[in-house]
Amino acid sequence: MLRFIIRRLLITIPTIFVVITLTWGLIRLAPGNFYTAERSIPKAIRENIKEKYGLNKPWYVQYGKAMWPIVRHLDFGNSLKYQGQPVSNIIARSLPVSATIGLLAYLLALILGITFGSIAALKQNSAWDYASMAVAMLGISIPNFVVGPLLVMVFSLSLYWLPPARWGGFWSKSLILPVLTLSGLYMAYIARLTRAGMLEVLRSDYIRTARSKGLRERDVVIRHALRAGLMPVVSFTGPALAFLLTGTVVVERIFALPGLGNYFIQASLNRDEPLIIGIVAFIAITLLLMNLLVDIAYAYLDPRIRY
Amino acid sequence: MKEEPPDFISRQEPRDLIHVPPEFAVAEGAVRVLDEDEYVAGSSLWKDARRRLLKNKLAVFGLIVVVLITFISLLGPPIIKAATGFTYDSIPRDVTLIKSIPPFRSADGSFSWAHPMGTDNSGRDLLARVLLGGRISLMVGIISTLVSLIIGVGYGAVAGYLGGRVDNWMMRLVDVLYSLPYIILVIVLLAVFRSSTAVGQLVLLFIALGSVSWLTMARIVRGQVLSLKNQEFVVAARATGVSTTRIIFRHVVPNTLGPVIVYATLTIPQVMLSEAFLSFLGFGVQPPLASWGSLAAEGIQNIAIFPWQLIFPGVTMALTLFSLNFLGDGLRDALDPQMRT
Repeated sequence: MLRFIIRRLLITIPTIFVVITLTWGLIRLAPGNFYTAERSIPKAIRENIKEKYGLNKPWYVQYGKAMWPIVRHLDFGNSLKYQGQPVSNIIARSLPVSATIGLLAYLLALILGITFGSIAALKQNSAWDYASMAVAMLGISIPNFVVGPLLVMVFSLSLYWLPPARWGGFWSKSLILPVLTLSGLYMAYIARLTRAGMLEVLRSDYIRTARSKGLRERDVVIRHALRAGLMPVVSFTGPALAFLLTGTVVVERIFALPGLGNYFIQASLNRDEPLIIGIVAFIAITLLLMNLLVDIAYAYLDPRIRY
Repeated sequence: MKEEPPDFISRQEPRDLIHVPPEFAVAEGAVRVLDEDEYVAGSSLWKDARRRLLKNKLAVFGLIVVVLITFISLLGPPIIKAATGFTYDSIPRDVTLIKSIPPFRSADGSFSWAHPMGTDNSGRDLLARVLLGGRISLMVGIISTLVSLIIGVGYGAVAGYLGGRVDNWMMRLVDVLYSLPYIILVIVLLAVFRSSTAVGQLVLLFIALGSVSWLTMARIVRGQVLSLKNQEFVVAARATGVSTTRIIFRHVVPNTLGPVIVYATLTIPQVMLSEAFLSFLGFGVQPPLASWGSLAAEGIQNIAIFPWQLIFPGVTMALTLFSLNFLGDGLRDALDPQMRT
């Protein structure tokens, strides 16, 4: 187990460098620079800008200059657009917003998804089953940028219950609509995974044994079936985090929230190179570590798995 | 001497033999031993699959809706143009018409058949734009899936067939790529390479989406190839001196078709969703072209006053994705009952 973790961590480090290099390469290969997006400027000033940011040096010098502080102290430098603001400050400021919405949405999706998925599996081919699976399929098919505005139309613009947009703090009504919008997709996925996993487990021999021992149905389901039946949900946590990141980009955009996703979109549009690289690297690190944690949890929960 | 088969087993229509509904088979009673050279039609994988697919009501519903939407998107715009003269980017000359008109209304508020979905902010017919969006969304879905199909099948087949260290390294690379935040990289790519023309941006979108969605396909194909490559027909081909490339692409790959089709069908809605997502954020399809995602993005800005601008493209898109997902699920159950997840 320890060897497995160490090996995975050792793969993680080069992977992150591949990601950073890829991002840097993409930005540099594209025609133009961050300052060409603005109005045209005199040649002398252009030369000065090139001089200041080292853009007149050969590419490997520029690459080295970009990478060295990251390798040395994980320092991503200052944003080009938000002058004088270190990338790490921007991430530290916007991450809590995204993380709050993301985690709450995932929690809600877990609770409701597992409940509906289990009900569907226990009452297979009943009206409950069909209804929850049809709703789940709807959840997968309706893009969240349609769900969000529809919720706004109903709850903010017609009923006046909830604010339609803006960030109102970590514990406020303004969280409800973004969290609902974001959680729909995961809820649907988790319900489908739970149903499939539970159906397979409920047919297995040890469940029959548990029933024939005379255990109450509730104990059979909760203590025996759920534990094995939820394994697919556990392994979904890794991809879910990736989805969550893209989901928050849209949700932050719809509800005008000052989260990581919104900064990332702005940075991409402004070609704010240090900020793009910083956010991409941060996301990659989070994803890789989460995947590792999921694998460890998987091995811990399922005694049949050995690395 | 040959005996004539009993008349209910006609040689012309052998398929009647296998699809006897169970209740009749039981009613016949005894299990009859077949005559020596009596003809029994085998049931091929594809025939079985078709039967299972047609029995699945939701999948049939999905198939019908997808076919309908495809036809309407293809045939609708010329019909609208012939009937009313509107195209997706015809802005009215009369300045009083440059505003968003509700469905089935004319500019003065009276009933009219001119714009069944209303118009957008520039007075363009929304129906024509939603149909154009359908063409583009479906095109992005299909072309990007084809790109991912070509890369994924080629990569997976080569890795699986060559095996050993090559396979190990190739799949290690797939594992690494799997853990990357694609869509984030796609956004960077689309943002920095931003093409000045709408068509250029569309091509960029095909390439970007296709080149990030081949990983699962490569894994599926590799798994299939691993189980195929030691079967007799491959060994026979190798023994007769067929080249490795030819074995991979003429003998092995065609036999992986079932799972490949299933997964490709499930990839199309995923790619369409990604396209909509990117267009919504403004990185995908650019005006004057439109996709369902970019139409929804325009609609959201005016959601409080002109809700139809969001509702029509949004609902059309959701219906299409819903149907494609059901069709894909049905195909999976029909072609490969063991692949259920």
